Amino acid sequence: MWRETVSRAAILAVCLIFAGPASADPLGPHRLGRPATPDAIAAWDIDVRPDGAGLPPGHGSVAEGRTVFAARCAACHGEAGQGGAADRLVGGQGTLASAKPVRTVGSFWPYATTLFDYVRRAMPFDAPQSLSDSEVYAVSAYLLHLNGIVPADAVLDAARLPAVAMPNRAGFVPDARPDMTTP
Amino acid sequence: MPPSPVPLFGRRSFLAGALGVSGGALAAEGPLQVPVWSREQGRGVASPGYGVPSSFERLARKPRTVPAFPGAASTSTPHQHLHGTITPNGLHFERHHGGVPAIDPGQHRLVVHGLVARPLILTMDDLVRFPSVSRLHFLECSGNTPAWQTTNPAWTVQDTHGLLSCAEWTGVELATLLDEVGVKPEASWLLAEGADAAAMTRSLPLSALDGAILAYAQNGEALRPEQGYPLRLFLPGLEGNLSIKWLRRIKLGDRPFQTREETSKYTDLMPDGTARQFTFTMEAKSVVTTPSGGHQLKEPGAYEISGLAWSGRGRITGVEVSVDGGASWRPAVLQEPVLSRCLTRFRLPWRWDGGPALIQSRATDETGYRQPTREALVAARGTNSIYHYNGVYGWQVAAGGSVRHVA
Ligand code: HEC
Repeated sequence: MWRETVSRAAILAVCLIFAGPASADPLGPHRLGRPATPDAIAAWDIDVRPDGAGLPPGHGSVAEGRTVFAARCAACHGEAGQGGAADRLVGGQGTLASAKPVRTVGSFWPYATTLFDYVRRAMPFDAPQSLSDSEVYAVSAYLLHLNGIVPADAVLDAARLPAVAMPNRAGFVPDARPDMTTP
Repeated sequence: MPPSPVPLFGRRSFLAGALGVSGGALAAEGPLQVPVWSREQGRGVASPGYGVPSSFERLARKPRTVPAFPGAASTSTPHQHLHGTITPNGLHFERHHGGVPAIDPGQHRLVVHGLVARPLILTMDDLVRFPSVSRLHFLECSGNTPAWQTTNPAWTVQDTHGLLSCAEWTGVELATLLDEVGVKPEASWLLAEGADAAAMTRSLPLSALDGAILAYAQNGEALRPEQGYPLRLFLPGLEGNLSIKWLRRIKLGDRPFQTREETSKYTDLMPDGTARQFTFTMEAKSVVTTPSGGHQLKEPGAYEISGLAWSGRGRITGVEVSVDGGASWRPAVLQEPVLSRCLTRFRLPWRWDGGPALIQSRATDETGYRQPTREALVAARGTNSIYHYNGVYGWQVAAGGSVRHVA
């Protein structure tokens, strides 16, 4: 505790000297915590937005993704992304308005960037955050190809992934509740 | 297989045991004896140091069906055996997507960054030094009550309404922390992220954060691991998934982040194939917990109908109970204090005449919203929306006293 107080005071002093007091005070009114520099939080700052913000360098092809999927995903999700114990990832396009809708990456997900973000943070289920960024691009490309969304020779990277047109991109509407009229 | 019927008090109740006291059995039972526990010393203090329920109580959370992946599953609270409104910590429902992490609080960190003036990394020691609040609130998974398509007569209220619990949550108001980091004017959404193996993430508009707490305690003790130890977001009245457990990061942004949990999941599919997104509020709902599915009434006579009502939009203002399948309704008594976005216990004395009875409840909240019928819900949303089922729910008491759900 004592040591931390000293180092906070030191940071503050350095900031005051080099940047002036108004803009540089890194701590808030309670003077608790330490500054979150981009370097310090890089390993946790992994979110990816639909506009591509947050996508890392690297790239992956459908062919590379087929290899990653067979080795790291197929055991749970099935050989071609369906028929396994875990969620079906392929098919279902055109079923959303039917009595038996099939929601998959291909039929339901509005953004390809969400696939990258989710696989990078949570899959494979038995070893999350163990794939390289290029492997995540590759397996994303493969799943999009299995769903007929990108061609067999597609290579995805930070520029191309946000541009992938998802079939259900326009399928989401805002909350319309309360939608009940009191009888 | 329907579960074997249980009496109203406890699993090994006096009603079912050798000391039965029901009217019919009383005469046969003979004069009262002085039992062994009155004739010898009981066990000493601190055995064990952290107390546990009586060995006659056998309550447990359980999943509705055996999960394929136990780390991506849920268990439910046994409301058919609970009283009042506070859920014991060990019985608070669970819903995890990557198991329950074993987090060392000394190594846990919260990062708050993005569109803020002063991005910070905070330790748990830092967090407990901020001004704190304690508030009583329910938490309900939006997947609670899987009645959109089918219901199973063997289901108990634990199966149908068990993804619901209520506790006193203590922690730092999110607003306090946002002041600490200085939210920039262009920020309008935030991303909350967990430290679990799912790195669970949800986006929230800053306008939906009324009453939000960074909670580190639950009913007076540190959060249970299943509830996010050592730190969770708690958002009163909103679908449970938003209250990110094992909270490690908050990022301020200017638009939603479109995570898997707000696109693929936790969106409500409508009959036209569109899906409602960001359906946060848990609307007014109630359910009778006694008598309820699986209970067995011993004989005609006096009973108390009792249940729970709640609304994500504020206070419950009334609960009506019907014992004739909705033909007539009577107002139940609400247990004070009735708190906003908190479970409210309702009660109504009832004399069972021994014939069939269909027991239902419907709640109204302070906005005037009244819990809808299943027909009204299905007419508006079809049967494929999975989440946010809050329809009136009924329990059929059969002539012999057994209680089952009927659709
Ligand atoms: C050990 C089993 C297992 C392995 C291996 C596995 N997954 Fe999964 N996957 C799951 C489970 C279980 C879920 C659902 C998690 C939940 O309920 O939140 C899931 C969910 C998903 C989803 C979201 C599905 C949806 O519609 O929301 C995607 C996409 C996915 N996995 C991709 C992958 C990829 C790509 C790999 C390989 C890199 C992989 N998974 C490996 C078990 C597995």
